[in-house]
Amino acid sequence: MTETKSIPLPDKLASSWAGWPTLRFILGRILGLLATLFVASIVVFGALYLAPGNPLTFLTQGRSMSQEAIAALETQYHLNDPIWMQYLRWLGELLHGNFGTSIVYNQPVSTLLAARAPATVLVIVMAAAIVLAVGLAIGAYSGLRPGWLSRWTMAGATAIMAIPTFVAAVVLIIVFAVNLGWFPVFGSGAPGLDAVYHSILPAVALALASVAFVARLTQAAIRQELSAEHVQTAVSRGLPRRYIVQRHIVRNAAIPVLTVAGLTIAGLIAGSVIVEQVFQLGGIGQFLVSSVQQKDFPVVQAICLTYVAAFIVLNTLIDLAYALLDPRVSLGRKSS
Amino acid sequence: MTVAVSVVAAAAAADDRLLAREARKLRRSGSLGVSGWIAIGALVVLGLVALLAPLIVPTDPNAVSLSDAYLPASGSHPLGTDASGRDLLSRLIMGSQTALVGPLLVVVASTILGTALALCAVWFGGWFDQAVVRVVDAIFAFPGLLLAILATALFGSGLTAAVAALSIAYIPYIARIVRSAALSERSLPYVAALRVQGVRGFVIATRHILPNVSGLIVANGTLSFGFVLMDLAGLSFIGLGVQPPTADWGAMVGEGMSGVLQQQPLEALSASLLIVITVASVNILGDRLTERSEAHS
Repeated sequence: MTETKSIPLPDKLASSWAGWPTLRFILGRILGLLATLFVASIVVFGALYLAPGNPLTFLTQGRSMSQEAIAALETQYHLNDPIWMQYLRWLGELLHGNFGTSIVYNQPVSTLLAARAPATVLVIVMAAAIVLAVGLAIGAYSGLRPGWLSRWTMAGATAIMAIPTFVAAVVLIIVFAVNLGWFPVFGSGAPGLDAVYHSILPAVALALASVAFVARLTQAAIRQELSAEHVQTAVSRGLPRRYIVQRHIVRNAAIPVLTVAGLTIAGLIAGSVIVEQVFQLGGIGQFLVSSVQQKDFPVVQAICLTYVAAFIVLNTLIDLAYALLDPRVSLGRKSS
Repeated sequence: MTVAVSVVAAAAAADDRLLAREARKLRRSGSLGVSGWIAIGALVVLGLVALLAPLIVPTDPNAVSLSDAYLPASGSHPLGTDASGRDLLSRLIMGSQTALVGPLLVVVASTILGTALALCAVWFGGWFDQAVVRVVDAIFAFPGLLLAILATALFGSGLTAAVAALSIAYIPYIARIVRSAALSERSLPYVAALRVQGVRGFVIATRHILPNVSGLIVANGTLSFGFVLMDLAGLSFIGLGVQPPTADWGAMVGEGMSGVLQQQPLEALSASLLIVITVASVNILGDRLTERSEAHS
């Protein structure tokens, strides 16, 4: 790897052209994001027609409902219109923030979700913080200090990656809630610090496998940089180790590591469903499971779409950040 | 002068170390290593248990006896009983069937679909390739677990809907890997030579390119198995997958939660342990297979 210096453009040229590829790239990614969201909405809407039986009987599931309630369902889904009209109306309502009405609770889905969102966001944010802080620290340490400790740490990380979220949750409950009694077993607690305290075990359970993954990744990236020629050259030039680590290793290893760590954090969204169910946190994920069990399909649709949208938006943001932070990534082409 | 000599010597020493490391890697690349063989051994044992489960269960795994709840280990119940007095060992043995068959179906289905899609995309190229890439990207936007939950909402709780949904959700992983590998194979001289000889595209893709990327396909399938197993077990754990009274490891961890709160964690822990052992074995084997296919290419 030889260091290449780009030939500096004349100032005027540089300033007038530099913005264009970047802007085109960002617009392209946003268009891609909208296209994917569009497809996702078709899948979630079309699911209603994949279900056995006709949509109305599927929605009501043999519940005894008043005429008004059935009429409300019909107007909500416009069941008497052609399918594409139904979809467009549904999408239009969605874009106006109307997620439909829950069949079980007979309340707007958006109200129900808003009440449950804080618990979900809290546990995901806490887990993400744990993944970044602990994963990067362990990975960086064992990458820079080869030896028996780092070998065992990496072996441990491999083992931890084989632990599903719900198993981690159950073991944490057995050790820290039932036996040691340091943490509550269930519940979300009162808003504020109590909620954070109640979310510690869930967040750890959710983060565990991702911590191991990010640690392994960081370690591998740093090892690779350590053996790279530019680092060996810097060593043979007698540069101080601290300088080499800061300027040559960390800067090069950081970009891929942060990208994959970001994608891992986006992946926590799906796992949060299970953690919320185990610890009864009363968030959106637990609501999804109970809505599936109670056949409250408007709620299931809304939650699935919300999660997919959050997942796609996060992925796109990370993608953009990656491309904009690393000048070596060519913005014009899409790497697949 | 001495400084320059020492730098050259240091560089040479570093070079030697690098060469030695590469040589060790090459020598190792042919075999799976000790850990790989241990993983294979564990998986063979688990597979045999699942195959022979109905023949080797000591007692009926679904025989409820409420007066025998949470019995400690004894001669007639080697691991004791669960909350309903059912024999724990028998349920763990029986549970291996649903726990292993589900992921196997998903991996086989998604691998066949994804590989076929990717090979077609590479072969036809142009707009078809672009269309495949778009579709695969769109599927990738759905986390597997979420798609499986949506499917159970539509078709009712159980393994069938979940397996079908995950088979679709795991297509992107294999399709992306096969597509990029097949793209680079396609540009190699041997493919051009075959085309010059007038060999049909289908034959080149299936007889020549497919065998050359098969190592990657097997490695990816093995790694996927572990993730699918965790997804399906998680689904059964929250009550949307395998339905009671059928024994399943994931469902047993879920049912064991009531025991956990009564200081009877054995059911949850033993089923958890089997899940972790299986996933760890599959992951280790998958890692070794990936290393091997990378070393060969």
